[in-house]
Amino acid sequence: MLKLENLTVCYGAVTALRDVSIAVGEGELVTLIGANGAGKTTTLKAISGMLPLAAGTITFDGRKIGGATPRQILALGIAHCPEGRRVLPQLTVRENLEMGAFLRHDHAVVRSDMERIFVKLPRLRERVMQVAGTLSGGEQQMLAIARSLMSRPRMILLDEPSLGLAPNITEIIFEIIDDIRRDGTTVLMVEQNALAALDMCDRCYLLETGRVVQSGTGDQMLDDAHVRRAYLGG
Amino acid sequence: MTRLILSLLVVLAFVTLPFWMSDPYILGLLILAGIFIIAAISLNLLLGYTGQLSLGHVAFFGIGAYTSALLSRGFDVDLGLGLTLDVAPKPVWLSFLAGILMAALFGWFVGRLAFRVRGAYFVILTVSFAQVMRLIALNWVDLTEGPMAINNIPSFTLWLPGLGVTTLTTKAQNYWLVLAVAVIAFVLVAHIVRSRVGRALIALRENEGLARSVGIQVTHYLVLSTVVAAGIAGASGGLYTHYVRIVDPDVFMFIYTVTMIIMVVTGGKGTLTGPIVGGLLFGLMPELLRDYAGPEVQWIIYGAAIVLIVFFLPNGIVPAAARIWQRLAALGLRLVPEHLRPRLS
Repeated sequence: MLKLENLTVCYGAVTALRDVSIAVGEGELVTLIGANGAGKTTTLKAISGMLPLAAGTITFDGRKIGGATPRQILALGIAHCPEGRRVLPQLTVRENLEMGAFLRHDHAVVRSDMERIFVKLPRLRERVMQVAGTLSGGEQQMLAIARSLMSRPRMILLDEPSLGLAPNITEIIFEIIDDIRRDGTTVLMVEQNALAALDMCDRCYLLETGRVVQSGTGDQMLDDAHVRRAYLGG
Repeated sequence: MTRLILSLLVVLAFVTLPFWMSDPYILGLLILAGIFIIAAISLNLLLGYTGQLSLGHVAFFGIGAYTSALLSRGFDVDLGLGLTLDVAPKPVWLSFLAGILMAALFGWFVGRLAFRVRGAYFVILTVSFAQVMRLIALNWVDLTEGPMAINNIPSFTLWLPGLGVTTLTTKAQNYWLVLAVAVIAFVLVAHIVRSRVGRALIALRENEGLARSVGIQVTHYLVLSTVVAAGIAGASGGLYTHYVRIVDPDVFMFIYTVTMIIMVVTGGKGTLTGPIVGGLLFGLMPELLRDYAGPEVQWIIYGAAIVLIVFFLPNGIVPAAARIWQRLAALGLRLVPEHLRPRLS
């Protein structure tokens, strides 16, 4: 479904990604793991059109999408849920969700989509008129994921969904992600919690200093000596 | 509902003001304050809603003023190469509209250039733009009369029901004109801010990366808001020119931009009524103080008031007032018996 071939991305003189090749099949949940600065976030940003490519190609459904704008890529069905400040703090929960559907004009369907999200995430319904900045960290992450779903993507890029969340909240977020995948949406996720990521993914790529150094199914990676030593604490 | 009634009352008070306040001096003050409030409303669209600080906003005001003045008086200018452009005087309303259009055009041009860079670079670019405009007005004597100023600019003429085409000579008529333009500018900005476009502007102010990820074309919306803001500022320049009836390169002075920013920031940037509250306060205060304090003391009070407001009400007067209002309402609610309280569904 999504194929990166020999992707190179630079920030000025610094090369952040070198010759990265990754493939994600329809309906898969693929994770990228690696240390800080390995190029995980850069990979997602390159896919969603936020960063220009220095070399290489990105193909989505057989179409080359390298060089397209974030808007065009979103319209093709790839939604990006960025890390860090996840929501628009001064807008309400409802308005945040509406922003996710910014490119859509089928307002009636948007409303029923929002209703479906509320059925799955009743916490958001309770807070629908609340300003998003006043939500807890976990609720903000739920809202960010829900917002990405509002564009009805076929594939969703999640950047560090568990960052800064308490372990029990992380579990809830991972359940939500699992749910999304079961609904047929393809997921490419960056995650620093390697154990949890490997546990739930179909396949995984390990990045080190801008290169893919290893890949395999979640179980293969869990058994790998290098992965165990470097990322799972022995 | 109460808000609607309250705002209607405020509008009614302003509309009927010339009937119960016939002092031409006060009316004159309100006219000038109103002109700057219109400019502040336009600046608020940029500063308050997109978060971009345009330190050259006065340029659009000046462009509107000069365009409208020149067209309404007619002009001929030597373009070099033996070409002269000779323009006959146009009706004032047409010149006024042309001034808006010209300012909007420059807004588009500056926006396209400036939003390739953001933040500090945008500030520098807009400051330079205003200075270049001032130098052109100062030195292109053939067109602008330079420091000799363009004078004898005709007063505003307008078709009025029952009166036909009328020249607005009295203070009251000019007051109503400014009020009408201010209301139009307010409604226009309110409409934009509450629309899809406004959401996009707020989103990119708060988190540009996130805005891009939901498909907002950031530059597109920034340029759009600059064009609208420039057009409204051009309108206020046109009003100024036909009210004061003389225009010189000083309309491009930096202090006017600062005045607009002060109005927006003290009133509450990013709130619709902020520029109006701030504009009335800082438009009228120096004049109202005139009877009680000498000019030097006046400016000190003015400065102190700005410092105090920014220090104690960093979000501006309007958000602070709204918070107090909410607290009072909550307090009032506690006095109402439980079964009579409105239910939040």
